[in-house]
Amino acid sequence: MPGAVRLRPVLDSDGKPVITTTDLSKVYRTKDRDITALDGVNLHVAQGEMYGVIGQSGAGKSSLIRCVNLLETPTSGSVTVDGRELTALARRGSRGRPKRPTPQLRAARSSIGMVFQHFNLLSSRTVRGNVELPLEILGLTRRERSRKALELLDLVGLADKAGVHPARLSGGQKQRVGIARALAGEPKVLLSDEATSALDPETTRSVLRLLRDLNQQLDLTVLLITHEMDVVKSVCDSAALMRDGRVVESGTVPELLATPGSELARELFPLGGEVGGPERTAVDITFHGDTAAEPVVSRLSRAYDLDVSILGAAMDTAAGKQVGRMRIELPGRYEDNVVPIGYLREQGLQIEVLPATEPAAAPAVSAAAPATGLAPAAGASEPAPEVAK
Amino acid sequence: MTWNEMQPLLTQGCVDTLYMVLWSSLWSVVGGLPLGVLLVLTDQGGLLRNAPINRVLAAVVNIGRSLPFIVLLVALIPFTRLLVGTSIGPTAMIVPLVVGAVPFFARLVEMAVREVDHGLVEAVQAMGGGVPTVVLKALLPQALPSLVGGLTTTVIVLTGYSAMAGAVGGGGLGSIAVTYGYQRFETTFMLLTVAVLIVFVTVVQLLGDGVVRLLARRDRAVT
Repeated sequence: MPGAVRLRPVLDSDGKPVITTTDLSKVYRTKDRDITALDGVNLHVAQGEMYGVIGQSGAGKSSLIRCVNLLETPTSGSVTVDGRELTALARRGSRGRPKRPTPQLRAARSSIGMVFQHFNLLSSRTVRGNVELPLEILGLTRRERSRKALELLDLVGLADKAGVHPARLSGGQKQRVGIARALAGEPKVLLSDEATSALDPETTRSVLRLLRDLNQQLDLTVLLITHEMDVVKSVCDSAALMRDGRVVESGTVPELLATPGSELARELFPLGGEVGGPERTAVDITFHGDTAAEPVVSRLSRAYDLDVSILGAAMDTAAGKQVGRMRIELPGRYEDNVVPIGYLREQGLQIEVLPATEPAAAPAVSAAAPATGLAPAAGASEPAPEVAK
Repeated sequence: MTWNEMQPLLTQGCVDTLYMVLWSSLWSVVGGLPLGVLLVLTDQGGLLRNAPINRVLAAVVNIGRSLPFIVLLVALIPFTRLLVGTSIGPTAMIVPLVVGAVPFFARLVEMAVREVDHGLVEAVQAMGGGVPTVVLKALLPQALPSLVGGLTTTVIVLTGYSAMAGAVGGGGLGSIAVTYGYQRFETTFMLLTVAVLIVFVTVVQLLGDGVVRLLARRDRAVT
């Protein structure tokens, strides 16, 4: 299945972060008022992680990613990338002048790759010329540049387009050139600023797959910002939700799942399915990867001789571990099901019993459930016997 | 006037005009290109944002652009004499021509450079490029078609100015048109010089358009 989710083994969240922002704030001063784009953002991106920052436009994502390589100078707070505190490298501008980057900051930037929503390729140069540009800045010889550029284009699958001007490429191809260019400085960190937002869904998937492959092959840490949940869903190990310049939630996907009431977990693993009626008990189960979903459900059914209906599920399996959420329905009221629910809790699962008196408790997202490669184990299409009567 | 009388005059006129236009164009680029780029860089939101310098540069350009060339021509005579030793002849004329054309070309450069997508500037900065890299590798190459278009216009304007310079002893086609065609009522000769000027301007325009078209081809999806 194209673009299928491949969750990696749970990352060590204690691993040394490659990108750290501490109390990062950015205030844009205009004549009439100050606009706070970032309000004390603390972000920790671990080595080798794909970290997605999601939020609506205006939430401050763009300012955040631009502050990471100091294309925007933060108003306060610090940014550390790969052990270097970049905020200490920016030269203070005097009397309203812009803060000019020091040579050290420019050197640090050349080891941070960045890809852009609108690609930002030079139409005056060929594809190869575009990839050679950062190599020119790094001071490589013509021969080295040419060799390296062709190698990088080969890596992104565009070796045959080296001599073509960007205007003749499709959006996806342009972004691949953008990625090849971003990798020229052999960065440990890649910043992706809405890199797939200008692309159609099919191309988005292939570009994301490329980023994922590079992340794994090169042990590249990727910080990507997006407004599309699908992007986070399909490639990210960790995610942060931004709203009004603040990080509202953040963590690895399993951590988010383990957080009760996590908005991101709910969005990443949306559950649907109407609850059958007052004589039934609906339960949301969250799997963190320690227990397999199917045996649990069938064991529950066998042990208590229950007809378990699966109302909806958003699950993902990686290396035999199942992560995600499932909504099941048991016959009878909650009072009748205390023992089976207790059994589920004993399995180390996170259990949430839906209020029975509100049949419409199911979120409206039901039909939209697993939009990407998430394979629904069962769906709302499977009618519960009682409902069918 | 017979053709045999006219021919050497015309030849000399053409040589002088070409000499004045080519040299003054060259110096206008040398002066106008950096001035135009600086106007963009020092402006609000530019990479070298500097309001006082920007205001001074803009004022210089505006004053230069608003002075009628004929006034500039006369006003600059002492300065020309200081610089070249004389105020008469094609070489002396290059001075006012350049002074007149630099602000003009600088404005055209400014407009061309301003049109370059800011995302490209950001991309070069993100790669670790400094201001010179941004200017030389992104701004100027990306603006090249517009810059060539601007240069074409400047060369044509300089051709017109050089004819005017002829009236104050500059030599060239303008000068012979005035001395022989106008003051001696040699209508045929006058028409001839005008025809030569038209041909010259047309050739410059066609050449410029051709180069622009050639450069713009890379920006199109299909050639």
